[in-house]
Amino acid sequence: MHLAIIGNGITGVTCARLVRKRDPDARITIVSDESDHFYSRTALMYIYMGHMTEAHTKPYADGFWEENRIDLVRDRVERIDTASKQLHLQSGKTMGYDALLIASGSTSTFFGWPGQDLGGVQGLYGLPDLAEMERWTSDVEQAVVVGGGLIGVEMAEMLRARGIHVTFLVREPTYMSYLIPAEEGRMIERQITGHGIDLRMETELKEILPDDSGRARAVVTSDGEEIPTRFVGLTTGVNPSIGFVEGSGIETSRGVLIDRYFRTNVPDVYAAGDCAEFREPLPDRKPIEQLWYTGREHGATLAYTLTGEPREYRPSVFYNSAKYFDIEYQTYGRIDPELPVGEQTLYWEHPDGNRSIRLQYSAEGEKAVVGANLMGVRHRHAVWADWISQKQGIEYVLSNLSAANFDPEFSDQGEPAVIAVYNAANGTSIQPRARKGWKRWMAKLPMRGNLEERRLVDSFAHL
Amino acid sequence: MPDIPTYNAQIALAENPAHDTSSVQMVGLIVFALGLLGVVVALFSDLGAQQPILMLVLLAVGVVGGPLLYIWDSYRSTGAGIHNNGVMFSSNQARGLIGWVAGIVLTGGYILLYWFPTTLEGLVRVVDPLAYTLRGTAADRWFLYGTIYTIAVLVMGVRAIVKYRHSRYQIIRTCSVMFFQLGFAFLIPQLLLLFNQPEFYFSYFWPLKYDYLWPGNISYIIESGAGLGVFMVFWGAMMTSIATPILTYFFGKRWYCSWVCGCGGLAETAGDPYRHLSDKSLGSWKIERWLVHSVLLFVIVTTALLWINSATEGGVFGGSSQMFSQWYGFGIGLVFSGVVGVGFYPVMGSRVWCRFGCPMAAVLGFQQRFFSRFRITTNGGQCISCGNCSTYCEMGIDVRWYAQRGQNIIRSSCVGCGICSAVCPRGVLNLENGPREGRFGTPHLNLIADLEVLEDPA
Ligand SMILES: Cc1cc2nc3c(=O)[nH]c(=O)nc-3n(C[C@H](O)[C@H](O)[C@H](O)COP(=O)(O)OP(=O)(O)OC[C@H]3O[C@@H](n4cnc5c(N)ncnc54)[C@H](O)[C@@H]3O)c2cc1C
Ligand code: SF4
Ligand code: SF4
Repeated sequence: MHLAIIGNGITGVTCARLVRKRDPDARITIVSDESDHFYSRTALMYIYMGHMTEAHTKPYADGFWEENRIDLVRDRVERIDTASKQLHLQSGKTMGYDALLIASGSTSTFFGWPGQDLGGVQGLYGLPDLAEMERWTSDVEQAVVVGGGLIGVEMAEMLRARGIHVTFLVREPTYMSYLIPAEEGRMIERQITGHGIDLRMETELKEILPDDSGRARAVVTSDGEEIPTRFVGLTTGVNPSIGFVEGSGIETSRGVLIDRYFRTNVPDVYAAGDCAEFREPLPDRKPIEQLWYTGREHGATLAYTLTGEPREYRPSVFYNSAKYFDIEYQTYGRIDPELPVGEQTLYWEHPDGNRSIRLQYSAEGEKAVVGANLMGVRHRHAVWADWISQKQGIEYVLSNLSAANFDPEFSDQGEPAVIAVYNAANGTSIQPRARKGWKRWMAKLPMRGNLEERRLVDSFAHL
Repeated sequence: MPDIPTYNAQIALAENPAHDTSSVQMVGLIVFALGLLGVVVALFSDLGAQQPILMLVLLAVGVVGGPLLYIWDSYRSTGAGIHNNGVMFSSNQARGLIGWVAGIVLTGGYILLYWFPTTLEGLVRVVDPLAYTLRGTAADRWFLYGTIYTIAVLVMGVRAIVKYRHSRYQIIRTCSVMFFQLGFAFLIPQLLLLFNQPEFYFSYFWPLKYDYLWPGNISYIIESGAGLGVFMVFWGAMMTSIATPILTYFFGKRWYCSWVCGCGGLAETAGDPYRHLSDKSLGSWKIERWLVHSVLLFVIVTTALLWINSATEGGVFGGSSQMFSQWYGFGIGLVFSGVVGVGFYPVMGSRVWCRFGCPMAAVLGFQQRFFSRFRITTNGGQCISCGNCSTYCEMGIDVRWYAQRGQNIIRSSCVGCGICSAVCPRGVLNLENGPREGRFGTPHLNLIADLEVLEDPA
């Protein structure tokens, strides 16, 4: 079998590695245009900030691919001929395949603003963007970043790290209010302003004004204000990068349409990761999930199907993480920005305003927990995946909450305070379990010996 | 050592795109430069002998006050948290011009200290007042060296504390190495001399202090220390044979390597700016294992031979055992741990000696790998493969390789500094002591198994 993979991101690479592991005879080729080798897209900011070089962001040594007989081709796929199973490459070459995985990721989305094509205006998705940014920011003192998501806050931090003043335009009333409850949103806002950024909430971009050389000179906001700037970062979201799929007969909507086995409408053509869209989204999940973790899980699950053991995508309990300047964020399960009817939320925030724990749980029956948000606090993934999948009740979870703590030794733990908040509101007297609980949970973690019973392991085991 | 770019090598600090030197920092740098100038003046004049107290105060202000001012201003404006901004653009930290010059100066300093001690005479006289106060005799080059070493640990320890102030683990750990360097590796040995006792370091044990279990040295300590000497010998033997395995069982080798040891203390403080320069390649891992175990074997064999020699009253070496031990002391003790170990900080990172040469690290590593409750836990699937952990691991461990598979990190060389955990932007890593069962964790991303990575034998 010759498996061709378009895109050397986490999705394509995870799939390639697992196919190689399961089938020593498969021929595997990855075609990708951005870089010779797989690198960690999530680490882009650290290259610009000087924490790491590009080489540091490569998870595998360069020799790894040859050793594992995964052929790498640096080229761009222009067209897919599904009838003759051929890829047409930018270099003019063609490449046949028996099975094809489209894992082409995303591109930055702009919304047709006047001036969005000017010099000094750009998004942030890949290495070419980083090079652009290096070039455009070498001589600026003032920058404007538009769009308050994760990439926006990362871009603002990058610019601040080089001493550039940043004005940050965000449409929502509180930061990421489409995803995160207001308390956490405000904490992020405090981080942003605390790092010297001029944050404008509920402000949108109207247009970007040019100078004589065709470079950005200023932006005009929805309030009509003109902010002089020669660098404009547009971080208003990403969209599947699937232009080259057009005309191939492979059905697309926003992304390449797939079923739960990552199959497109064309036999032997699969899609996964950022560029794929489920025809029927999974419960509580979006049809397109542009996440590192999701790409990894897609790629791994698909590898089974490609090696003769068809496997439906059954993702583990949702989890995600981010870092907003100095505050780490972790989330497990489901946290809604607006509390749904029939559910309750328990929120504790440290007096310093830089740490918080939120639990969301059902108001009825056993009061099962459905999710957790952690700001400035580290928790154990395995423990939370357990609690959520087993629908553990809030009181059980609270009394064992310290077992989930994953902060470094000697840290001042917030968990007892969370319990106090709950007790005060509900007139209960829940006591935290002694530190011993930790050991109990360790024994239950997905470790050798107790693999079979673990739901978490079950969902990871195929990876 | 391919990872660090050299394109910036010629750029001065001030041109670092992520680093604008503030005026306060400028003052700090100037004060430091004046201090260094004072050092040069002291070296080439007899001012130290004539005005030791004045010179001592002036130099202390320069080489201590300047850096402290610089450090204070550098971290004042940044919030608590990891800010390795511009490290890879820094001429000092990324093997640029300043880095190479610093490496050459440090190495040169060791060469003078070991082979041309008379050239340091002027500076030795400057620390005379301190030496008289502490031990009642004039200073010698080793006293000068100890003083500089301790100052480096203390000043750069302050920097480490300020830099990692968001982490209590880092604050406490740094205070610990500063305490042990100042008290156990500097003041107590000097005070022992004051009371006519043998100079003894209660924080160093065999096999790092290889001669602490050598027959010649033991009889010397007992003879010159009487009751206290017996205690010293007992202490050393007890630490090596009983305390070390027990503490390592409960806490991993970190209890020593990054909490107590002076070499580790210098690496964690003065060496911290260079920690990312350690080589992460598989090749260097191979070299590391050969080298460090060879040194250990050599110490064991040497110690055994010396005992046989002493039991048989010269049966093995005759009278030449002295020469044999001197040879080891020179090759390993001086050249490896000093010239290469510290002199090469700005070029090869801060733990070259600890990683490739230290016999104590080899023993502790063996215990850590096979008989310990310590591990670095990986938090489920949260790793985003960014590489911060591997980059900033001073021991050259490719931490990410384990973390991205969801596997715990148990490596004999890990000194438990905790920096991988501190720099991880996703809270993936945690240093923990726990039940030995299931200690390695199960890789949930059990992809291509160890094709490219060697099994860790020790
Ligand atoms: C700055 C930034 C920060 C992020 N941080 C996080 C985070 O903290 N957590 C998280 O979960 N997610 C994060 N993400 C999202 C995450 O990086 C993506 O979800 C993930 O990389 C998608 O992986 P992928 O393999 O599907 O696609 P990609 O990584 O996009 O890889 C696809 C590759 O295919 C190439 N390609 C596309 N079309 C063609 C073609 N026609 N021919 C040849 N090659 C082609 C592309 O150039 C690209 O290199 C971040 C993204 C960015 C940009
Ligand atoms: S693995 Fe982590 S704790 Fe161990 S030496 Fe490396 S950075 Fe320090
Ligand atoms: S620093 Fe954290 S997220 Fe980054 S590679 Fe290491 S463990 Fe993974």
